Amino acid sequence: MTRLDIAGLAVDLAGVPVLRDVDLTVEPGCLLGLVGPNGSGKSTLLRTIYKSVRPLAGTVLIDGDDVRGLSTRAAAQRTGAVLQDAAGPGGLTVAETVALGRNPHHGLLTRESMSDRDAIDDARRTHRHDTVRGPSGHLARALAQRPRLLVTDEVTNHLDIRARFEMLELVRGLGVTTVAVLHELDLAARCCDRIVVLDAGRVAAAGPVLDALTPEVLHDVFGVHASADRHDDGVIRIRYDAKPLAARGD
Amino acid sequence: MTSTRARAIGHAPLHRIALGPALVIAAAGLVLVMLVSACVGAVTVPLADTWHVVLAHVTGNTAGLDPATDQIVWQYRMPRVLLAACCGIGLSVAGVVLQAVVNNPLADPYVLGLSSGASLGAVAVIVGLGGVVGGVGTSTAAFLGAMLAIGAVLLLGQQRGRLVPTRVVLAGVAVGYLLLAATNYLQLRANPNQLREVMFWTLGSVAGATWDQLGLVMAVVLGSTAGLLMFGRRLNVLGAGDEQATALGVDVRALRLGLLAVASLLTGVLIANAGGIGFVGLMIPHLMRLTFGVDHRRVLPMAALIGGAYLVAVDLLSRTADAPNELPLGIFTAAFGAPFFLWLLRRNQSIGGGT
Repeated sequence: MTRLDIAGLAVDLAGVPVLRDVDLTVEPGCLLGLVGPNGSGKSTLLRTIYKSVRPLAGTVLIDGDDVRGLSTRAAAQRTGAVLQDAAGPGGLTVAETVALGRNPHHGLLTRESMSDRDAIDDARRTHRHDTVRGPSGHLARALAQRPRLLVTDEVTNHLDIRARFEMLELVRGLGVTTVAVLHELDLAARCCDRIVVLDAGRVAAAGPVLDALTPEVLHDVFGVHASADRHDDGVIRIRYDAKPLAARGD
Repeated sequence: MTSTRARAIGHAPLHRIALGPALVIAAAGLVLVMLVSACVGAVTVPLADTWHVVLAHVTGNTAGLDPATDQIVWQYRMPRVLLAACCGIGLSVAGVVLQAVVNNPLADPYVLGLSSGASLGAVAVIVGLGGVVGGVGTSTAAFLGAMLAIGAVLLLGQQRGRLVPTRVVLAGVAVGYLLLAATNYLQLRANPNQLREVMFWTLGSVAGATWDQLGLVMAVVLGSTAGLLMFGRRLNVLGAGDEQATALGVDVRALRLGLLAVASLLTGVLIANAGGIGFVGLMIPHLMRLTFGVDHRRVLPMAALIGGAYLVAVDLLSRTADAPNELPLGIFTAAFGAPFFLWLLRRNQSIGGGT
């Protein structure tokens, strides 16, 4: 099992500060929900983990290894990413798409081996749960990477309600340490072990769901009057007030 | 999901053909077309005799060959057959790579200003400005022109030190038009003989091929093709988008620059030796995708073999269709390629969503 430790992270994109002083820890096997308003830096935070942007300061440690010291390929051997609106490679079949996940484990000349076959078959078996709905081949491709760490960026966006639950259920069931960027607070509250709330590039709250999604945070960060409560059936739900909109900038 | 499945189903039946047998058949086809092309001409040499001559030269045992046959097959026809094959292989492979790297189905080996640069260099020498560019030959001037053009395009196509596909393509088109303007101006000053030469050059021809030039051309084509063939898997990954490709372990920046450089060098050498043979680098890659699926590990080797065979066949046509006159290759690559390509496009329902 893999743990992720991010400390003192700062990122600028094109000279504009996007992340500042971000500390974040994900315990082995934990599903962390990363939430925050649009533009709060969620996707950029993920990008530092799969090594698509270089931080200005701070460290990203996967099982204690600093990703800065890893090649793009070595980083991809550790982390699988399922990204928002990822274009399917034009015209590849599902099988071919899933097979792309083996890329980080290959040099230019290596041929597909038995372990590649196994990883692809396993990933496709997971994927078959929801052949029609569901995450198409993208999650399966990430699983074929046999990642120690999984990051997902709003993968539930275009799915219908059943498929959303299925998707998160599936991710939970993997037991792989996961950072999931989620737009829907309800889904995050219900499915995640812990929550980190980003606001304007800084961590506004972090911890178990009820500790992170307090009425104050929901008000200050998301601008809504709401509260998260654990119901009798053990499920945490978000209850929005009759007039949920908080005054702008208050 | 639905669209992915529809595409998978929409593929032509050949998509399921195993790569191994397909490669063997295509390679055999290429060799056969080359032999036939070496047989046919003003004097027809029987296939068996042609094979005999080629075999004798390959094994180094040329004693006892009929000098006349040897002269026709080995000294006269073989160089142009080989140059045609090299052009077909190189342009097709470069086309596949460029389309993937700049993520644009309209890209061909010339889209990045290469042919305009080469044309300007060549035309400058043809119309007698050789002194201006240092007294070099047409080929050298063309190669230098192509390299200068692509250098400018790659510089202009950057944004914060990073190549941006759309910018690269647009810069290529703009540089191309600029150089074309200069070329057109030079052509106005040309006499009719020079104009004919210019026309042959811009439409491409392998008529003047010699053994002397082939060493370099074959080394570059075989070397870079072998190199590019190794990147099939990486090109597939690049198709998932830059961000996802990074997450799949590809250093997108280095890959894009490296592949552009190799494909440009390859194209530059071919243009310098055979002029601007158009449409092959656009048509063959798409043809291969339509018939064999979009997996670059299949498309690259098949494009090399089929592209080589196609251009050898086109060269054969160009010198027999209106014998004893020779016609430029570019006329035939488009005249025969385009209708076939359009037919295939109509027949295949899977085009539309992806590339």
